[in-house]
Amino acid sequence: MMESLFYIAALVAVMSTVAALTRANAIHALIYLIVSLLAVAVLFFLMGAPFAAALEIVIYAGAIMVLFVFVIMMLNLGESGVAREQEWLTPRNWVVPGVMAALLLLELILALRHAPALTSGISVDPKAVGLTLFGPYILAVEISSMLLLAGLVGAYHLGRRFIVRREKR
Amino acid sequence: MAIWLIPFLPLLSATLLMVSTGRMPRSLTAVLGAGSVGLAALLVALLAQGFLADGQVREVTLWTWMAVDNFTPRVAFYVDGLTIVMMSVITGVGFLIHLYSIEFMWDDESLCRYFAYMNLFVAAMLLLVMADNLLLLYLGWEGVGVCSYLLVGFWYRDADNGKAARKAFVVTRVGDTAMALGLFLLFTELGTLDIQPLMVAANANWQVGDTLPIVATALLLGGAVGKSAQLPLHTWLPDAMAGPTPVSALIHAATMVTAGVYLIARNYQLFLLAPPTMQAVAWIGVATLLLAAFTALAQHDIKRILAYSTISQIGYMFLALGVGAFASGIFHLMTHAFFKALLFLAAGAVIHCLHHEHNIFRMGGLRTRLPVVFWSFLIGSAALAALPFTSGFYSKDAILLSAWEQPDIGPWLWAGGLLGALLTSIYSFRLVFIVFFGEAQTEPDRQPGWRMAGPLLLLCLLSLIGGWFALPLSGVFPENGHAQVNHSVEIISIATPLLGLLLAYLLFLGRQLSIDKLLASPTGQALKSFCLSGWRIDNLYNALWVRPYTNLAHWWRNEPIDQLYNAVVAASQWSHRTLLGLQTGELRWYATSMVFGLVLLLAIMLRNAT
Amino acid sequence: MGGLQIPMTHVLLLAATLFSCGLLGLMLRRNIIFMLMSLEVMLNAAALAFVAAGAKWGQADGQVIFLLILTVAAAEVAVGLGLVLQIQRRFKTLDMDQANRLRG
Repeated sequence: MMESLFYIAALVAVMSTVAALTRANAIHALIYLIVSLLAVAVLFFLMGAPFAAALEIVIYAGAIMVLFVFVIMMLNLGESGVAREQEWLTPRNWVVPGVMAALLLLELILALRHAPALTSGISVDPKAVGLTLFGPYILAVEISSMLLLAGLVGAYHLGRRFIVRREKR
Repeated sequence: MAIWLIPFLPLLSATLLMVSTGRMPRSLTAVLGAGSVGLAALLVALLAQGFLADGQVREVTLWTWMAVDNFTPRVAFYVDGLTIVMMSVITGVGFLIHLYSIEFMWDDESLCRYFAYMNLFVAAMLLLVMADNLLLLYLGWEGVGVCSYLLVGFWYRDADNGKAARKAFVVTRVGDTAMALGLFLLFTELGTLDIQPLMVAANANWQVGDTLPIVATALLLGGAVGKSAQLPLHTWLPDAMAGPTPVSALIHAATMVTAGVYLIARNYQLFLLAPPTMQAVAWIGVATLLLAAFTALAQHDIKRILAYSTISQIGYMFLALGVGAFASGIFHLMTHAFFKALLFLAAGAVIHCLHHEHNIFRMGGLRTRLPVVFWSFLIGSAALAALPFTSGFYSKDAILLSAWEQPDIGPWLWAGGLLGALLTSIYSFRLVFIVFFGEAQTEPDRQPGWRMAGPLLLLCLLSLIGGWFALPLSGVFPENGHAQVNHSVEIISIATPLLGLLLAYLLFLGRQLSIDKLLASPTGQALKSFCLSGWRIDNLYNALWVRPYTNLAHWWRNEPIDQLYNAVVAASQWSHRTLLGLQTGELRWYATSMVFGLVLLLAIMLRNAT
Repeated sequence: MGGLQIPMTHVLLLAATLFSCGLLGLMLRRNIIFMLMSLEVMLNAAALAFVAAGAKWGQADGQVIFLLILTVAAAEVAVGLGLVLQIQRRFKTLDMDQANRLRG
């Protein structure tokens, strides 16, 4: 029963991802992507990682995707954007990347063939995660904080110049 | 008395003139240029008077030049009779030429540069003759070489003059290299370059006929041959006539070209240890004097004739040195300085008054138009041809007598010298007859002023009475008194120049013998052009050295080594252009290529795993 | 709450599939917004593999790494979307094939 839950979620994840990446309309694609992320969150939960599942929903599906929504709304692509995207999705453009991706997938499957281990089914609670995070991984936390700061400064910088240029005009 | 002042005065003047860079008034430039040499001449006269009175050799050490281990050359002067003679010639004749130059060069825009070079030359030449050691001598030797280069190329706006200067510099450099090697050899073998200790050491360590003195003197002879324009390095002197005429008089007739003679005379004890070198000196002298005399016969540029005659006369000096008659050689050096300077200055006056005309066939009839110049030239030519009772007569006669007395080869050397004397007489009077007699071709537009005429007259006097000077050389060279004077030899050597004069008269003035008919024949034509080109020696050297060298230089100019590097450059540029195609600037293309690489890597890893 | 006994291979297979899908999107789409979405998918797939590995050993490290990946994704999206705005302003298009000023 629980196993079938996993496979259903996995199927949802793959299908919604494929759908997300083939949409012409950015907002539609975004909704599919959110579905995909939610499916992955379910998978996390099933694999005994509730904290990761919660974060997946809150940060990934929530915060990050909202950013996308904001940007898409700012750009205001409209109907012409959709038409153009459809034009860009002709089969001719599919061939080389498709073959590449298929090859990569094939190779990964080949590489996985000799690994029949099971997931342990042991739930790792948020407390353990927190202890590990601020224990051995404290340096990584500091580094990621720097990374976030860099991202913040970068985003601010890019956005600020955008505004200044506009004012000049 | 401060001996060091003598070379210092011209040096100071040269420095002042150089620093002024022509901003000095012309009159001050002239006064400074000529005056410094005149003052030096005065000091030399005082010095000579003192020397004649007491006969003391004067040695002055100014400072130690450098001290490297046991090599401590000093800046020191050694003044004996030989040096006195040389200094007198350099400053005396030099002063007259400087005085003459004032008028000759007055209209030239670079008067200041001219006098700066000339004074520098006088300073370097004095350093050469006064040097106590061979290294200091070499400094002066190279100094005069540089000044010669600068003055030959004085009118540098004409590329040919620059070429002549370069030729003079490079050809003498060949000899100088040999000389430098000789100095190295002497120092390594004898441990000193101070001339007097060197002679003592040479006599103590070497026997007559040893190999080392022969090699060392041969190398020194190389330097002397280069500087004194002897065979086979004589080719630079005729071209050096590109410089102003007073320069030719001072540097290329009176002083610098005789430096080789001085070098051999100064180191005569060394040369006496090497009889083969002495013989070589004599033969080089004879060969050069004959070749140059023949060549002078055919020239038509007044200065080139005089240049070849200079080469020829220095050949006499070499002959004298070669047969051991050092005093005669120096004697001839002095008289030659007088009459050749006179001839050059007179020729300069002709050129000056005839709008820079050099071709003797476009002159003529100047006897009445330029009387002062004519008489000067006549007296100079008489002395050059060694007509009796002129200065050249006494010195050349002494040389021929010494040559005759040489055992074995003596008569041959004497005969060569005699033939040379005949030729000398013919070409000098050919010059006189063509330039000053006959019909006028070009009218002179001015007469020489007193600054030109004065030196000419003084040099006339010196050329006439120079033969009666008793040189204070007895303490310098070994005595070789003429034991028995051979009267028939004397008479022949007196008669020869007269015969030459007669021949020249018949050929060029009286027209009793037609030279034109002789020259019209094919053989005559060939002979004339052969002589005119200086026996094609220039062509030979061009073919042997100059052209291979320039060809090589041209080849290198294409930079064959660089081709290699250019190929590397071309290869990298080609690969750059090729790889540029990959740099599309499209993000997706980059992503795809990364994936391609990833697929490839994974494939390799999988293959290795299984 | 107890975890699930699923063959590790299957989870990793899913991760690989998602990763390939993301890669395909990255190579395929010319619109930079879709390229950024593809990147998110790929990061997510990697995170899935980590969490699965953590689950296999019952260790918290997998989730810690997931957290770090989350941070990277957040930072990347912030900068990336800033760039999107700039590109739209500069080139008046979101077509990355047009923004090829780096062409050699």
